[in-house]
Amino acid sequence: MFEDLNDLYQQVILDHCKKPRNFHEMPQATCSAQGHNPLCGDRLQLFLALDGDTIKDISFVGSGCCISKASASLLTEFAKGKTKADVEKMFGQVHEMVTTGNVQGDVGKLAVFAGVYKFPARVKCAILSWHAVMAALKGDAKPVSTENEQT
Amino acid sequence: MKMAKTIDWPSLRADFPILDQQVHGKPLIYFDNAATSQKPRAVIDALVHYYEHDNANVHRGIHELSNRATAGYEAARTRAARFINARNADEIIFTRGTTEGINLVASSWGAKNLKSGDVILLTEMEHHSNLVPWQLLAQRTGAKLAYVPVTGDEGLLDLSKLDSLLTKQVKLFAMVHISNSMGTVNPVADLCARARKLGITTLVDAAQSAGHCPVDVQAIGCDFLAFSGHKICGPTGIGVLWGRQELLDAMPPYQGGGEMILSVEYQKTEFKKAPHRFEAGTPDISGPIGLHAAMDYLDAIGRENIWKHDQELATYAYEKLAALKNIRLFGPKTGRAGLVSFLIKDVHAHDVVTLADQAGVALRGGHHCTQPLMHKLGVESTARASFYFYNTKAEVDRFVEVVKEIQKFFGQ
Ligand SMILES: Cc1ncc(COP(=O)(O)O)c(C=O)c1O
Repeated sequence: MFEDLNDLYQQVILDHCKKPRNFHEMPQATCSAQGHNPLCGDRLQLFLALDGDTIKDISFVGSGCCISKASASLLTEFAKGKTKADVEKMFGQVHEMVTTGNVQGDVGKLAVFAGVYKFPARVKCAILSWHAVMAALKGDAKPVSTENEQT
Repeated sequence: MKMAKTIDWPSLRADFPILDQQVHGKPLIYFDNAATSQKPRAVIDALVHYYEHDNANVHRGIHELSNRATAGYEAARTRAARFINARNADEIIFTRGTTEGINLVASSWGAKNLKSGDVILLTEMEHHSNLVPWQLLAQRTGAKLAYVPVTGDEGLLDLSKLDSLLTKQVKLFAMVHISNSMGTVNPVADLCARARKLGITTLVDAAQSAGHCPVDVQAIGCDFLAFSGHKICGPTGIGVLWGRQELLDAMPPYQGGGEMILSVEYQKTEFKKAPHRFEAGTPDISGPIGLHAAMDYLDAIGRENIWKHDQELATYAYEKLAALKNIRLFGPKTGRAGLVSFLIKDVHAHDVVTLADQAGVALRGGHHCTQPLMHKLGVESTARASFYFYNTKAEVDRFVEVVKEIQKFFGQ
């Protein structure tokens, strides 16, 4: 019945939504940020342990839909061991991908979100954790919201 | 009591051109009626007719078209008075919708009648539109907010607390007639009677009731009542605020501008009486005219008949969902209005709605503008199917099949 949804709910996404990775708080975090999607009520909090510019560890907690949870989970998998610049670059690629469907460069596993652009109501879900990680890296104390996300 | 008559529901459905379409290759099942209803041909025709034949500004021109536009606008006011059994048409103020009606009362009546230490009593199931305006008013005046509690997933008001909440400090009791997120039907006549005995002013949010069941302001015994045209087969952008004449007459203007004045000098203005005092500027004119057609349309069916139909569908849907595994249902077990709010275990409401949409079923998922209630129930959101008279049992059957498929999709 839901053949057309395979673009949105790929197996990897379903798996990460049911069994989110790095899904816990982190007392030793050096920075943290909250993301809130006012439309869905999705809320998540990211924790990062930075060593200089390198993300030594990253985790998240929160509640949300399948897309937002899987996105956060895959983000943490991607970001672990990467530098700030790596994450910032990937933010640009993911943003482009989920809003337009264009995949620029190698996005690795994150390519599972390439179909999200076909579901305008769900773009915010996919990008929420990315806004949160950018805020954490910038040291923004205020929770980020997807309210002003242009889709 | 009107005689119960047999209604040809399928032929009514044919009055709604929008319903005859496919969405994602599947026949559209529109179950988002609590958000907004669809519009029958009669309403669409009334709007087209107005713009093709009668369009002009109201209350200003002396020419023929202006006379016609004014007559249509004021006829809608008289019709709206009859729709809710108001004593007279001067008690009907046209607004943009329920939200604006409540804001008007909060701004105008509230600013004049509330002071620091007073209490505004609400219920825990209010829509944000019957909550945020009062919070703003409380911040401006120093008044406090108090809430009649809700009993949990069943979504009933805990009336055992009412006596202790109806203190001397309470100046206003504002309550929703039918909850848009739970389907609860509140005993508004009883609540208003108890408030009235203590001299407390009352406001009823009839957004979910006005088009679904008979609503009679005199029988309810409230002081203000607000509803939206778009939820009762009318156009968007038009709503009705009803207020008791003596209250309206004593209230200061809401907005200033044209239409609401008797005479203006550079330093002072004399205002018209209600309702025109509260309708500054060129109003939505096609809105009341479309709403007039909608009210005629609904009352030709009979709102008591619509109520029976919607309740039957909701009960049917509720029982079918309750028979499934891993479903959490919200709202009262019996006597519910025409909607069902639910969650599938471990599946977010937005995922449910996205999947249902692919199957042609339009649901709503989210907090339904009742965030505090959602938090109280410990959920972020629910999925909601809300019905109207053009929906059918066959559609409910299909919807329940879709819910089962969604469960399967998520491996349940
Ligand atoms: C119970 C209730 N009150 C108020 C409103 C607000 O109505 P509107 O948005 O038309 O002003 C709604 C609908 O959104 C509602 O369901």
